Amino acid sequence: MKLIIFISNTGEPMHWAAAGLFIGLVVPALLLVGNKKFGVSSTLRHLCAIAIFSKKKGFFNYDIKVHYWSLIFIAGIAIGGFIAHLYNPDSTLSVGKKTTTFLVNSNIENKGGLYPSDLYNLQNNKGLLLLDIGGFFVGFGTRYANGCTSGHSIFGIANFQLSSVIATLAFFAGGLTMTYFILPIIL
Amino acid sequence: MKNLFYIITGAVFGFTLVNSQVASWYRIQEMFLFDNFHMYGVIGTAIVSASIFLFFLKRYHPYTIDKKAFIFKKKDLNKGTVIGGVLFGLGWSITGACPGPIFSLIGNTAFIYLIVLASALLGVFVYGKTVAKSF
Repeated sequence: MKLIIFISNTGEPMHWAAAGLFIGLVVPALLLVGNKKFGVSSTLRHLCAIAIFSKKKGFFNYDIKVHYWSLIFIAGIAIGGFIAHLYNPDSTLSVGKKTTTFLVNSNIENKGGLYPSDLYNLQNNKGLLLLDIGGFFVGFGTRYANGCTSGHSIFGIANFQLSSVIATLAFFAGGLTMTYFILPIIL
Repeated sequence: MKNLFYIITGAVFGFTLVNSQVASWYRIQEMFLFDNFHMYGVIGTAIVSASIFLFFLKRYHPYTIDKKAFIFKKKDLNKGTVIGGVLFGLGWSITGACPGPIFSLIGNTAFIYLIVLASALLGVFVYGKTVAKSF
């Protein structure tokens, strides 16, 4: 019998039910303590607004102080990521059959860790270009869509927002297109 | 005091993203290839549990611990929801990270994701200087 893994220190992930519950608990916790809505992508706007503080206009001209809590929250996310590193340094993820084929076809070797380090490293110009383009899309797209996986797919759908259901479908339309049609060509 | 709470809540979230491997590029490809239930299990459980918590909060406790009433303003549906959503999806598949995992990965010492963060900030900046003006 396989026991439910609550916190994993092997290559196997924490059980999805435990992970989902922990993430789900963030929603009422933030509301109860500070009347805050769960969402991460808006912090990118705040970081941007801080970075250009001397010439704030239009989209970046607003009172940042009321959003300080969210910057503290993302600092916490990074700390949590670090604790996870101490608890479980890079192990190799075992992936499914289709994904294994996908990796072989894409010339990506799963060498351990959470991302393909042969592709995404400072010596690989193609990888760096991909990270630049991908990151740009993440920033631009989440602001245009007014939310990301946390604010739309989790908080928004749990709050029965139609726009969040549509946004999540759009996230998947983009992701499926990239994984099925574009990555196999460019990788 | 509240700030300490936000740090701890963020840390629980960030730890979970890494330990459940939701922040992994490999798991994201598995999700888009419909090759593993894991990601759907995590996101599905998060949505269902959050909606149950929200339901009971709205019904029995629609105010904060210091008695401030909750304000729920629904997000508008417009063309940005679709266009921006698709663009984000493309980036999500390339980088294997949405905004939350970007921060947890950097904390996890995957410092290459600082490049993703910088590019994402550039994306927000360009959005703010272009589309946001006429939107």
